[in-house]
Amino acid sequence: MRHTISLLVENKFGVLSRISGLFSGRGYNIESLSVGETIDPQISVMTIVTSGDEQIIEQILKQLNKLIDVIKVVDMIDLDHVEREMVLIKVAPRQEDKAEVLRLTEIFRGRVVDSGPKTYTIEVTGDEKKIAALIELLKPAGIKEFIRTGKIAIARERIKKPSV
Amino acid sequence: MKMNGAEILIESLKREGVKHMFGYPGGVVLGIFDRLYEDKDIELILTRHEQGAVHAADGYSRSTGKAGVVLVTSGPGATNTVTGIATASMDSIPLVVFTGQVPTMLIGNDAFQEADIVGISRPCTKYNFLVKDVNDLARIVREAFYIATSGRPGPVLIDLPKDVTAVKAEFVWPQDVKIRSYNPTLEGNKWMITQAAHLIAKSKRPVIVAGGGVILSNASKELKELAEITDIPVVMTLMGLGGFPGTHPLALGMPGMHGSYFANRSIQEADLLIAVGMRFDDRVTGRIDAFAPHAKIVHIDIDPTSIRKNVRVDTPIVGDAKRILAVLNKVLKEEIKEQWGEVRNAWLKQIQAWKKERPLTYAYSEEVIKPQFVVEKIFELTKGDAIISTEVGQNQMWSAQFYKFDKPRMWLTSGGLGTMGYGFPAAIGAQLAHPNKLVIDIAGDGSIQMNIQELATAVINKLPVKVAILNNRYLGMVRQWQELFFSERYAHTKLDDTVPDFVKIAEAYGAVGLRATKPSEVEPVLREAFKIKRTVFMDFVVDWKEKVFPMVPAGAAIDQMMFDEQKEKTEKKLKAVK
Repeated sequence: MRHTISLLVENKFGVLSRISGLFSGRGYNIESLSVGETIDPQISVMTIVTSGDEQIIEQILKQLNKLIDVIKVVDMIDLDHVEREMVLIKVAPRQEDKAEVLRLTEIFRGRVVDSGPKTYTIEVTGDEKKIAALIELLKPAGIKEFIRTGKIAIARERIKKPSV
Repeated sequence: MKMNGAEILIESLKREGVKHMFGYPGGVVLGIFDRLYEDKDIELILTRHEQGAVHAADGYSRSTGKAGVVLVTSGPGATNTVTGIATASMDSIPLVVFTGQVPTMLIGNDAFQEADIVGISRPCTKYNFLVKDVNDLARIVREAFYIATSGRPGPVLIDLPKDVTAVKAEFVWPQDVKIRSYNPTLEGNKWMITQAAHLIAKSKRPVIVAGGGVILSNASKELKELAEITDIPVVMTLMGLGGFPGTHPLALGMPGMHGSYFANRSIQEADLLIAVGMRFDDRVTGRIDAFAPHAKIVHIDIDPTSIRKNVRVDTPIVGDAKRILAVLNKVLKEEIKEQWGEVRNAWLKQIQAWKKERPLTYAYSEEVIKPQFVVEKIFELTKGDAIISTEVGQNQMWSAQFYKFDKPRMWLTSGGLGTMGYGFPAAIGAQLAHPNKLVIDIAGDGSIQMNIQELATAVINKLPVKVAILNNRYLGMVRQWQELFFSERYAHTKLDDTVPDFVKIAEAYGAVGLRATKPSEVEPVLREAFKIKRTVFMDFVVDWKEKVFPMVPAGAAIDQMMFDEQKEKTEKKLKAVK
């Protein structure tokens, strides 16, 4: 089962290697990882996507919590949340496919951020499903290069239901 | 007042109450050693190898409960500490290790004697620091001691670049230490504790499994009270020995691979395990899916990651063992108020029957010294009132089986990492902390050679450590596995003629060497050694064929035990003679 884990960590040198070391030392895999500063420059937020059975995920969450530089650990699976990832795709379509590529970009609310004599570079943001769908559709047109930021996730505001 | 980094470091150590540290000098830490040279409050013990320094600090810590402190130089000095740090980490021993580092501007340049010790030690420390600014130094020392000794204790390393120890800054000692991302849980959840109390009340065949956490949290008194008010028998893991009195009628000794028959049978038949400060190591559980098949498990541990790591747990209680047991005892006494005696009778009788069926014994011989006999004699002569350290292998298992520990912090052994060469330096550290106590390292001829250079440390500091070498001319535990599982092919375990003359080695270093080759010589040699107020090596030439039994083969359930057949034959013969 795939889990998206959000971490608040101290923004210090060495923190990333403590976290990646926790995974590698136990043979767990990080599928994607993104890190950035929060509003408070002393704190960074990390989003890690990993997978494992219930026991492995429980260990990962506990081990992350145990790390001294980790302030907070949230398994997004427990929360209603929004996930986004950005990809840059360089496609080299044949002349006859060019219109289709541009049309797909528009449908997926992407943008062409660079174009050359042979290639378009498309920027798209979305959740996992949307990005997977676009990649499938663009494959026949010829993807030359492809890069993704890794997933980021944020919990939705909890709305209290009025008590009946 | 302005001080340089070295002075700030030393002042900080004093504020932490450090009296002794262990170390080895070198280029980048000369400034610190120079400041320590004439200091009257802190004594630095020079070991003969950095690994010895860390093990000595570890033995100092295990025997006192205080953090052990180490100071070494950069590069090889730092990398030599790694085995010692990993040993302490696996057994949750609080250490603060200071390593020198090349000047800040040279870090990353492959400078002379540079090693990325922060990177190297990351997986085997609880936390580590690289001090980049002298203004952070005092705070970092304060935090390091706090992290090392609180929660689940462990080693903390502080890397000190040479320039940081030389520049001056204002000494500011933080009044308080607070790390927002580190708040160990100490109080157990009351609801869970009550649930555990009810499980205890309902159970018919309960067993307490006590681990090293009982000793680390100083919970022996509370544990004894729990066992006594509820009449529950107690098994102790290798790390937990001494956490509950070994001579107590409810004590069942050690479980697991070389555990007693009755300890393992009790666990396998139990309907409730109350695990306190132990982590269900594979040497304890054997085949995990066949472990304690009928038992509900209450697991008390300060480290949430220990819970449900290896076994399923019915009632987890995270927190400090001492506090949790105190509350549990209160609940049992005030809310449950069960009359336990009646309920437990059948269970305790059953355990008695197992004890009779297969007690922990060995076949005594008149001709050749049995290693177990030496351990038994040490116990008899010291009446259990000695600090015992061990190396790793057969010497360690025989000590665990045949020496009965009644008090905590008297047993120093590398449980988790299983580090050969641990026992002798650890004994040196313990002896330094307890100058008037008898401290004995029970060693093997293989293990003792791994840190034999520390003889110099013991002799020069007049530390009257006794080393009892169970000399079988083999790497005995590995040889035992080869005999049992590798058709007696003794690949690289036969030391034989290459075993040095330990008496001469002792004498060469200025210590005393004694030797016993016959069983009748064992007691006189021990008596003499204990009388002499100097470092003594005792070379006991023992039966090389002797094996540690019972034994659970790796991967088998803990009630699938192998016993010494030869021993049973001899016992029958002895009975017939009598």
